Amino acid sequence: MVFEKVAAMLAEKLECEVSEIKMDTKFEALGIDSLDVMELLMNVEEEFGTEIELGENKVNAVGDLVALIEGKLQ
Amino acid sequence: MLKGKVAVVTGGSRGIGAAICKLLAENGADIAFLYAGNTQKAEETQKALEALGVKAKGYRCNVTDATQVAAVVKEIAADFGGIHILVNNAGITKDKLVPMMKAEDFDSVVDTNLKGAFYMIKSVYPLFLKQKSGKIVNVSSVSGLIGNPGQANYSASKAGMIGLTKSVAKELASRGVCCNAIAPGFIQTEMAEAFTGNEEIKNAIPMKRFGQVEEVAKLVLFLVSDASDYITGEVIRIDGGMAM
Repeated sequence: MVFEKVAAMLAEKLECEVSEIKMDTKFEALGIDSLDVMELLMNVEEEFGTEIELGENKVNAVGDLVALIEGKLQ
Repeated sequence: MLKGKVAVVTGGSRGIGAAICKLLAENGADIAFLYAGNTQKAEETQKALEALGVKAKGYRCNVTDATQVAAVVKEIAADFGGIHILVNNAGITKDKLVPMMKAEDFDSVVDTNLKGAFYMIKSVYPLFLKQKSGKIVNVSSVSGLIGNPGQANYSASKAGMIGLTKSVAKELASRGVCCNAIAPGFIQTEMAEAFTGNEEIKNAIPMKRFGQVEEVAKLVLFLVSDASDYITGEVIRIDGGMAM
C-alpha cells in the first residue's frame, strides 16, 4: 500500500511507468538527488498525514523510504 | 514590488530590523517579525507597519531555541498563508578582549547570531523547497569579513553566517531559492551607540560618515525583490567603503 503510493508519486514526478519502479530501485539510478528525496518525503507527509524525520536514516533506495514510512505509520 | 509576499524578519522591532520591516511593508509585503523581549516596542512596530496598509504581526521568540523557532515559523505560515522572504537580522554583541571573554559570552553571541539564523533557515527550508522560490538574506557584518578587536565572538558568528549563506545558496540554487548575505559596517543604531560618537572611527571610513538603517534596508529590499533573481551566495558590503 505504501509502496504503491510512493511508486505512483515517483512515476508522476519522473513521467515514467509505475512498473519501472521497484523496491530495490536506487534513487540515484532514477536521477533523483537528495533534495528530490526530501521533496518526495514532504509529499508523502501530506499524503499520509504524518511527520517523518529523516534523521540519521540513509534513504538510498525506494524500499528505504517505504520502510521509513511504514515504521512511522505503525 | 512585494505585493502578495510574506516576509519574516528576525530582530524586527528595533534598529536595522525595524527599518527593514518598514521598507518591505512600504513596498507591499506582509510582515511577520520576531522579537526577543521588548513587547511594548514590538506593539509599536506592529501598529506602525499596519498603518502602511499591510498585514503585520510581531512574534516573541528566542531564536536560540530550535523548538521555539520551528513552532513560530509554523504559526507564521498558518497566520499569513505562506512565507516567501526570510531576513535573519537578529543579533547581539558582547564585546570584550579575548582574555576577558568568557565561554558563555562567546556561546551566547554565536547562538543568537549564527545558530539562530540556521534554525530559521532550517524551518523555512521545506516551504521554500516545495514552492521552488524564496529569498533569504542574512545580515552579517564587516566584522565577519575583516575582524574587529574586542569582537572575537561577534566576528566569528558573522563570518559563520557567510559560510552558512554560501552553503544554503548552493543547496537551494537549483530550486529557485536565493540566499545572500549583507555586511554592514558602522550603522547608526542603539546597538552601535558605543562608537557613533567616535570621530576616529568615523575618519577611518572612506565616506567619513556612519551608515543609516534606511540605507541597509534598501539593500535588503533589492535582495528580496525579483531585481536580484540571478544573485545567490553573494556577500554585499554596505560600509561606506570601509572594508575594501
